[in-house]
Amino acid sequence: MSVNIKAIKQLLWIGIGSICMFFAGLTSAYIVRKAEGNWMSFEIPDPFIYSTVVIIISSIVLTFAKSKLKQEASPFKIILTVFILGIIFTALQVNGWKELTNQGVFLTGEGSNAAGSFLYILTLAHLVHLVGGLVALLFSSVSAVKGKYSLENSIGLDLTSTYWHFLGILWLYLFFFLKYV
Amino acid sequence: MSDHHKETFITKYIFSLDHKMIAKQFLLTGMFMALVGMLMSAIFRVQLANPGESSILYNFLPSHWINEVGALNPDKYLALVTMHGTILVFWVLTAGLSGTFANFLIPLQIGARDMASGFINMLSYWFFFAATVVLIWSIYVPSGPASGGWTIYPPLSALPQSIPGSGTGMTLWLVAITLFIVGSLLGGLNYIVTILNLRTKGMSMKRLPLTVWALFFTAILGVLSFPVLLSCGLLLIFDRSFGTSFYLSDIVINGEVLHNIGGSPILFEHLFWFLGHPEVYIILLPALGITSEIIATNSRKPIFGYKAMVGSLLAIAFLSFVVWGHHMFMTGMNPFLGSVFTFTTLLIAIPSAVKVFNFLATLWKANIRFTPAMLFAIATVSTFITGGLTGLILGDSALDINVHDTYFVVGHFHIVMGLSAIYGMLAGVYHWFPKMYGRMMNKSLGYIHFWTTFICAYGVFFPMHFLGLAGLPRRYYTNSSFPMFDGLSDINSIITFFALSGAVVQVIFLFNFFYSIFKGPKTTKNPWKSTTLEWTTPVERIHGNWPGELPEVKRWAYDYSKPGYEDDFVPQTVELKEGEKDV
Ligand code: HEM
Ligand SMILES: [Cu+2]
Repeated sequence: MSVNIKAIKQLLWIGIGSICMFFAGLTSAYIVRKAEGNWMSFEIPDPFIYSTVVIIISSIVLTFAKSKLKQEASPFKIILTVFILGIIFTALQVNGWKELTNQGVFLTGEGSNAAGSFLYILTLAHLVHLVGGLVALLFSSVSAVKGKYSLENSIGLDLTSTYWHFLGILWLYLFFFLKYV
Repeated sequence: MSDHHKETFITKYIFSLDHKMIAKQFLLTGMFMALVGMLMSAIFRVQLANPGESSILYNFLPSHWINEVGALNPDKYLALVTMHGTILVFWVLTAGLSGTFANFLIPLQIGARDMASGFINMLSYWFFFAATVVLIWSIYVPSGPASGGWTIYPPLSALPQSIPGSGTGMTLWLVAITLFIVGSLLGGLNYIVTILNLRTKGMSMKRLPLTVWALFFTAILGVLSFPVLLSCGLLLIFDRSFGTSFYLSDIVINGEVLHNIGGSPILFEHLFWFLGHPEVYIILLPALGITSEIIATNSRKPIFGYKAMVGSLLAIAFLSFVVWGHHMFMTGMNPFLGSVFTFTTLLIAIPSAVKVFNFLATLWKANIRFTPAMLFAIATVSTFITGGLTGLILGDSALDINVHDTYFVVGHFHIVMGLSAIYGMLAGVYHWFPKMYGRMMNKSLGYIHFWTTFICAYGVFFPMHFLGLAGLPRRYYTNSSFPMFDGLSDINSIITFFALSGAVVQVIFLFNFFYSIFKGPKTTKNPWKSTTLEWTTPVERIHGNWPGELPEVKRWAYDYSKPGYEDDFVPQTVELKEGEKDV
């Protein structure tokens, strides 16, 4: 691996470390705030469960991009599929918020409670990072169409994959955190 | 020379990708902000010495900050204190210090042509610049800038209607700090990756100069702690602008009962200080790194205990994440938890003492060259000791309860952090000025600047300990309304005298700095007879740092006065002799 590629990959990993600290901050705030009492409890709406399944599938699909390269085929369709799954994930999250409001769980205002506000903010913060992932997937699919990727030269795809898998793991963490903590 | 591609004015001085130019951009912006921050402190010191009177210094302020009799408005006193703290902590001693020296020294000292990503580096500066513009702008909004203290505790920061500065001023503060954090993160990522990947041949981690080690740990601290401040700010923004209740509960303003229930301002403090304490080391470590370098060079001796120096940096960096509770002993924290934080806090004294010991051992029996840079470096060590000692008092929860939020704390952190880091920064400027501008600064002016600054600074911060022990609270507009503090007004006047004098003597430095850029005597390649790589580059600034091949490193960075060599320094590029051992 050339020095530069190694450096760029490291850059991403350290950036991921940073993002982890951001969410560690939010989730530890959640724990501290919960311990203070005045905490509403409610069920996590189903769309969030479906979205969890979707994002896991998307990660699994993405791993096939590399095997396409090994067969010297274009990974374009794979990347596009992952992108579409990402959009579905986004739609499900938005749906989850709708169900929350239907249940009477609000982000703000009269009758809102920190428990609900945290759920909105954690999911929203994750989604903001996910949008970055979607943009990366778009760029990668364009590169794939142009035939820029090969086994030797796949740095863009590698970075996108790392970040996308990270988003999946981050979501799993948040989901189980919200469900069980 | 090696400038193949044409540089225009814009690409050379403004949107530069060259780390040396970006370093100077950080330095000049930092110096500008330091002046603004210092002027603010001069103004609020005048108010403390002559409460309720007018002063010519107030002419620097927007006119609506002054009342009919020409005195400073109380809420604007708070605005000044807040902006002073914000500017000095973040703009000067974080971005100004790390931004300058990490950018300048990392590539030069590890033997790289530039940072891993010049583009990200440029972005980092421009985010910082944008943050600066927003922060300065906030001073001029009609209701004034943020006024709830640099620590922006809610509810003052969370309720726009609470005090004048909590409105637009606070919003802009949050925008500015967000831009600032993004810039810092981009910079930090780049520093880390550069150090890990772009070291030249032979430059193993074990051979890195201590400046680079210190900047490395600083960057790691920043990358891990600033995101937490961001999460803290995110919740605050939601409380402010969208009506959530993370930090707010049971509040009545002007008879109006707010709907917020269940929130906790203490939660904010936890999140804030989780960044806040590492932040003070983000400020201090670069200064200690610079100091290590300058002390070794001017003692003409290898730095004592290189490995222990690196180890203690690591220990300090690690411990700094587990002590934040010492800022919160008075929040009704469980006494057991308090004693845990006391324990971890006092543990930091150990690696700190190791560093001090090693500095002193390096100086011990050395043939010291007292350059201005050396004086400032030694001063860094000295104030680190003086301020560290009061840290031990504050770190003990039982003692801290008595002096929390008094001038004792102000004295403590200004000496240990403010002075140490400012001295470190000045030391760095004096030392690397020849490398930055190809000319030398005037030595005599340097000495005058040093001694006047040193005396004035102690004159300001030492008496504060007594004020604090007498119970004087910090951040009060005036102490004259409390008969119990009447006896302290002389001390306040003395402090103000030293503060104003200390501000004035900085003109000597500014003059020296700018005059020398244009008119200083030309420097030679290695004016301090130093071993490190930056002094093997040509005097003129060139893109890529070294014409031709990158230098190869053969030994560690501290071969001063090595037996068997004619010169009293052996540059890192000199081959080891037969049988000679690298340390
Ligand atoms: C052995 C070393 C140190 C110990 C034990 C120590 C302890 C403390 C404690 C307990 C406080 C809180 C006091 C209070 O609010 O009642 C404090 C405040 C502070 N310390 Fe230190 N400290 C040490 C070194 C440092 C260093 C090295 C720095 C910076 C480089 C620093 C910067 C600060 C700052 C900025 C504050 C005040 C923040 C504020 O309330 O505005 N301290 N220190
Ligand atoms: Cu602290």
